Amino acid sequence: MIPGEFDYVVAGSVDEAIGLLAEGGADAKLLAGGHSLLPLMKLRFAHPSLLVDIGRISELRGVDTGDDSFRIGAATRHADLQVRDDMGLIATAAKQIADQQVRNRGTIGGSLANGDSAADLPGVLLALEGSVTVRSRDGERVIEAQDMFQGYLSTAVMPGEVITEVRIPALTGYGYGYEKFNRRSEDWAMVGVSALVKASGGVCEDVRIGLTHMASTPLRASAAEDALRGKPLDAENIAAAAQLAAEGTSPLGDLNASPEYKRHLAQVLTKRALTTASAA
Amino acid sequence: MSITEAPAGKSVGHSLRRKEDPRLITGRASYIDDIALPGMLYMAVVRSTEAHANVVSIDTSSALGRPGIKAVYTGADMSDLLAPLPMAWAPPGVEIKTPERWPLARGHVAHVGEAVAMVIGDDRYGVVDAAEHVAVEYEPLAVVVDVEQALEDEILVHESLGTNKAHEWTMGGGGDIEQALADSEVVVERRIVNHRTAGAAIEPRGVIAEYRAGGLTVWSSTQVPHLVRLFFAVQMGISEDKVRVIAPEVGGGFGGKLQIMAEETLCAWASKQLGRPVKWIETRSENMAVSHHGRDQVDYVRMGATRDGRITAFHANIIQDLGAYFGLLTPMIPELGAFVMTGCYKIPVVRTDITGVLTNKFFTDAIRGAGRPEMTHMLEVMIDQLAEELEMDAIELRRKNFIPAADFPYETPYGITYDSGNYEAALDRALEIVDLDAFRAEQASLRSQGILRGIGFSTYTEICGLAPSRAVGPSGFGLGIGLYESAIVRVHPTGSVTVYTGASPHGQGHETGFAQIVADRFGVDPAVVEVVHGDTAQGPMGLGTYGSRSLSIGGVACAHAAEKIAQKCREIVAHNLEANPEDIELRNGKFSLKGDPDQGMTLGEVAGCAYIDATNMPEGMELGLEQTLIYDPSNFVFPFGTHVCVVDVDAETGKVRVVRWVAVDDCGPAVNPMLIDGQVHGGVTHGIGQALYEQVVYDERGQLITGTFLDYALPTAEEIPSFETDRTETKSPSNSLGVKGIGEAGTIAATPAVVNAVIDALRHEGISYIDMPLTPMRVWQALEEARGRGDGPRATEQGVSLPPQGEGSAGSGPTRPEGGAA
Repeated sequence: MIPGEFDYVVAGSVDEAIGLLAEGGADAKLLAGGHSLLPLMKLRFAHPSLLVDIGRISELRGVDTGDDSFRIGAATRHADLQVRDDMGLIATAAKQIADQQVRNRGTIGGSLANGDSAADLPGVLLALEGSVTVRSRDGERVIEAQDMFQGYLSTAVMPGEVITEVRIPALTGYGYGYEKFNRRSEDWAMVGVSALVKASGGVCEDVRIGLTHMASTPLRASAAEDALRGKPLDAENIAAAAQLAAEGTSPLGDLNASPEYKRHLAQVLTKRALTTASAA
Repeated sequence: MSITEAPAGKSVGHSLRRKEDPRLITGRASYIDDIALPGMLYMAVVRSTEAHANVVSIDTSSALGRPGIKAVYTGADMSDLLAPLPMAWAPPGVEIKTPERWPLARGHVAHVGEAVAMVIGDDRYGVVDAAEHVAVEYEPLAVVVDVEQALEDEILVHESLGTNKAHEWTMGGGGDIEQALADSEVVVERRIVNHRTAGAAIEPRGVIAEYRAGGLTVWSSTQVPHLVRLFFAVQMGISEDKVRVIAPEVGGGFGGKLQIMAEETLCAWASKQLGRPVKWIETRSENMAVSHHGRDQVDYVRMGATRDGRITAFHANIIQDLGAYFGLLTPMIPELGAFVMTGCYKIPVVRTDITGVLTNKFFTDAIRGAGRPEMTHMLEVMIDQLAEELEMDAIELRRKNFIPAADFPYETPYGITYDSGNYEAALDRALEIVDLDAFRAEQASLRSQGILRGIGFSTYTEICGLAPSRAVGPSGFGLGIGLYESAIVRVHPTGSVTVYTGASPHGQGHETGFAQIVADRFGVDPAVVEVVHGDTAQGPMGLGTYGSRSLSIGGVACAHAAEKIAQKCREIVAHNLEANPEDIELRNGKFSLKGDPDQGMTLGEVAGCAYIDATNMPEGMELGLEQTLIYDPSNFVFPFGTHVCVVDVDAETGKVRVVRWVAVDDCGPAVNPMLIDGQVHGGVTHGIGQALYEQVVYDERGQLITGTFLDYALPTAEEIPSFETDRTETKSPSNSLGVKGIGEAGTIAATPAVVNAVIDALRHEGISYIDMPLTPMRVWQALEEARGRGDGPRATEQGVSLPPQGEGSAGSGPTRPEGGAA
């Protein structure tokens, strides 16, 4: 639990961080909350040569509330989001990340940049169809959620880029549900499901389902969404749609869950999340 | 829980606040890692990445060339050690094949994490960096991980022993077991896996050793400082007067620090070579890999009974996974359980067969309960299994076979004498609290909502208070040393008191409880009684803290020493008042004259006579008020009780949640009820942890999969219910306080209560047994099987091939990420 040698520098601004990261070369890493990176360093699985600390850049922290969207600074802590009930699904998910000590340090930008399919926020971002804004020496670009997560712990954020902002739509009129299954409350999700449902006259006008830890990246449960869209939101239709939740997934087995069990959990949790979302 | 003030001289029985807590909860306690000595060096250990291999070569040159590195040593450098690390059990008439265990491997490694070299330098980070530069070439050998496969001897853990079967041990009583089972109207058989767990103390182990001027001082996070000193004298040839061992504040042990640690020797030996103090602090990763594990048995159990529910025979065939080497007590652990094989019941014919087997894993040894949780698990699970077979209420089955309160002291078929018990009373009290009728109504109503609620009972008794020497020592059960405990009670000239105990607490609260015992014998406030422990330079030989022994041995030693001084006080007071000592009694904080309480002296006044005036003493009496005493009792103590667990099982996911826990324990008269509650809370949590969450797992190559707290799922406060505790008080005749132990009782009682509760929740689904840990997947797999789908729960055994680990998360998150991490 003792990391190897590394250099450490505090960035005072995003532009300074971009410069330091570029000068630091391939082994330079950004440090925000440190709740993914530091444990890996202590286990000596990660050996960055330089840490650029962006955790103290005030422009990166906080939420701007717009008419139809929220702009969340990349270094905004989970603890800042968990109290924002007006933000709906993301606040509900943030409440369930690990434990309070982790939520006090961990940041949304760090979680998304790490791209862990077992983490809560990547699947939530996917369901919300949000986006991530990144900046580098070459300028700024926006990565849509559907393009963000590319493989196991691998995202569309390029070397030299700093996530500055996460945008999510307000999705007024949508009900939501978040179901996370784990052995202990502080654990990563064995499987997680985010559901958003827009109803009109008891009929499902739109539905979005994000799956956590059902493949090497977060996924959308498209087959289940298609099965429910346009249908009356009753228990039978929800259950039928949920049966399709694991279609197209490729969950990895581990000590506590076989792929078969994870597929089963995805179905159960999708049913529960859709039921909650439809009741709202 | 109420915290009460106690009247002078009557503090025992009251929940005084812990004297330890102010320094602990304000961060002012000094743990081993808080200690720094001038010129101190740091050690890192190079550990085997192979589960079984010959060590072909070790190249230390690159590590030696790194900045600040003073030395790198391998096993070949340490040839001057006089003895390998000890295993302290030599039962008369039993052959035990003991593999030699040296602090650094000597050409052969037999488990992942075995120490092959140590790196010493002046910076804690630098030695870890340098350790990565020690190049060890291994010639891998075949690995055996599964204990029953190891028994086939196709792959040998130690070629030199010629077998993996280290020992066999049998105890029988009451008659021929096969005949008794054959004669039974009903026989229930089960294969029960009691899986491997970790002690997981929140403070890992740590050592500082300073060899200077021919003397050795060792600070160690240990439960047994005096045993460590004794061993250093043997191993390094330093006489005991020149060895001092100090256990500073110790942050939990759970048996994991009841050990002679390889790292203690490494630090001491290196300090002797280099002439500077050497410090080692275990990392959490090391703690999971090479602080000893517990449990790990495969048990074949048969219970016979009459149709009307009289148990007639009980047989356990225990295959114990020892791991690759022996710690201090490794092969002895299951035998300790055998002593309470019959539990609370009159079982006429019993037999225990134990086979100790070596595997390529780290060694198992005493973890909280040590053998007794495993045996209690078998017995209490089997009682429920038998009740189901007999279609009889499990509580009624228990009652029918209880040893009646009138039968104590009771001799079991194994010749063990239970000191005292009243099992009916504890069960009755638990049932009063639980309200079983209300529970059954609630259970039915919840079932219709998809929540499967179940209730499980465990009525246990256990053996603790480890002593007496004649029973457990070299001439008895065969431990290498008798078990007793020491105390010094020293009254100071103004009437405050220092107590030294040979027990070595690491969270239990001895400083409070022992102070209460001593204070009451002098009529003083426990606040002026300071309890000192954990330093071999301050007190006589002591045996330490484990096996729920501190109060009933160490606490009684303190009581007896104080009573001797109190008698001397009465004589001094009688002399001053010109009265008879028999007419002096302790009353309202004074040694006073019976019938005339105004005439008397406080402890301070007596001490003034004994130390300050120093003339007005009875003829021939020595000055001072001090007593050293070593206490060795006549028998063990046998706490008992009833634990009740209520669980909810999610019918769709298989997830189990403990929603209620009722514990009625009987550990004799309470010294401090709050300390008892604390032990029960922790002990039960330990048991819930094993039953539902925790498991040490090695894969088929002998690699440890559960190497961090991500994967080794210790329960947290969120997973644990609020406990409902109560007590009955049945005095033990084994000691003058009537007290029994409580540190392990919760752990011993808990696991079968959880399993029985889960089975109660699932029985209507056609499920009658599932091995621990009852993880969501395993319960779901059992449900699927019962519903005609799937092959049932995945096996519990070690060494079973698991799905790919590389990208998956064992428990919670990614632990072995490939490229692109961070």
